[in-house]
Amino acid sequence: MKGSLIVVAFFVLGVLAGRSGGMPEWMLSSGTSFVALCALLLCVGISIGLNPDMKSDIKSLNPRIALLPVATILGSWMGAMAAFFLMNNDVCSLLHHRQLTDCLAVDSGFAYYSLSSIFITEYRGAELGTIALLANIIREMITLLLTPLLAKWFGPLAPISSGGATTMDTTLPIITQTVGQRYVALSIYHGFVTDFTVPFVVTMWCTLA
Amino acid sequence: MFIVILFIFLGIALGYTLRTRLASKVGVIGALNGRITTWLIWLLLFMLGLEVGSNKQLIAALPTLGVEAMVLSVSATLGSCVLAWALWKSMKVGEKR
Repeated sequence: MKGSLIVVAFFVLGVLAGRSGGMPEWMLSSGTSFVALCALLLCVGISIGLNPDMKSDIKSLNPRIALLPVATILGSWMGAMAAFFLMNNDVCSLLHHRQLTDCLAVDSGFAYYSLSSIFITEYRGAELGTIALLANIIREMITLLLTPLLAKWFGPLAPISSGGATTMDTTLPIITQTVGQRYVALSIYHGFVTDFTVPFVVTMWCTLA
Repeated sequence: MFIVILFIFLGIALGYTLRTRLASKVGVIGALNGRITTWLIWLLLFMLGLEVGSNKQLIAALPTLGVEAMVLSVSATLGSCVLAWALWKSMKVGEKR
């Protein structure tokens, strides 16, 4: 829990620093964060290479586990439908000016907030694009902050499913720290497959309006 | 995207080389690597915060659009977790047989 609080503290610090506007330009460029992300992945790779049990870890995984990306995608859509039908009626009208396909498109970002929000802004305008950005950032934050709880409540596969397309990079360290190194291969495979489907499924729901 | 994947494989190769060449130092290297990883996660989240904080439109729209985003992200995450739990349970049943 202490680790999660430090993570939130750094994010809040970033928001405050961004609002003050006193940050140097290079800190805000996407190039800088890309370099940091590459460095992070290099470290993740090194930790995989240093682990001598990697081969037996992959072999110890159940073949049925390859279906995990399908569970992630269908689960997200189930969630979108549940939210739409619960919040778009006479009792609760929070989502009353959204269509079902809007909700499905937003939740098809699978935490890949940069790409999904760009696509949705292009097809459905900046308002839904902003919702997509926020919703998918929140999904990544939920995974970063609640991974220990998700693993406790829903088993070791849940944090990987929750992380969506980010499980091969940003959320990989926290997931493997919680559920163990033997899930590194699954986590990368899951992130790769989910990430690859984002442009296709987001476009599909946006054009089905 | 491919550059990002490339760095993972580069790291794996580097880690594997370190493990075979400097076998006695694996513990120290692993601890140092873990520490650097933690700092990079903090840096990246700080930069995500910078991106949100420096976008005035995003900050102004946060309260209204934020609630909708919250509902949609929580529902998607929960739906995924429930199916992941079902898959995990079905595998455990398979193992018992």
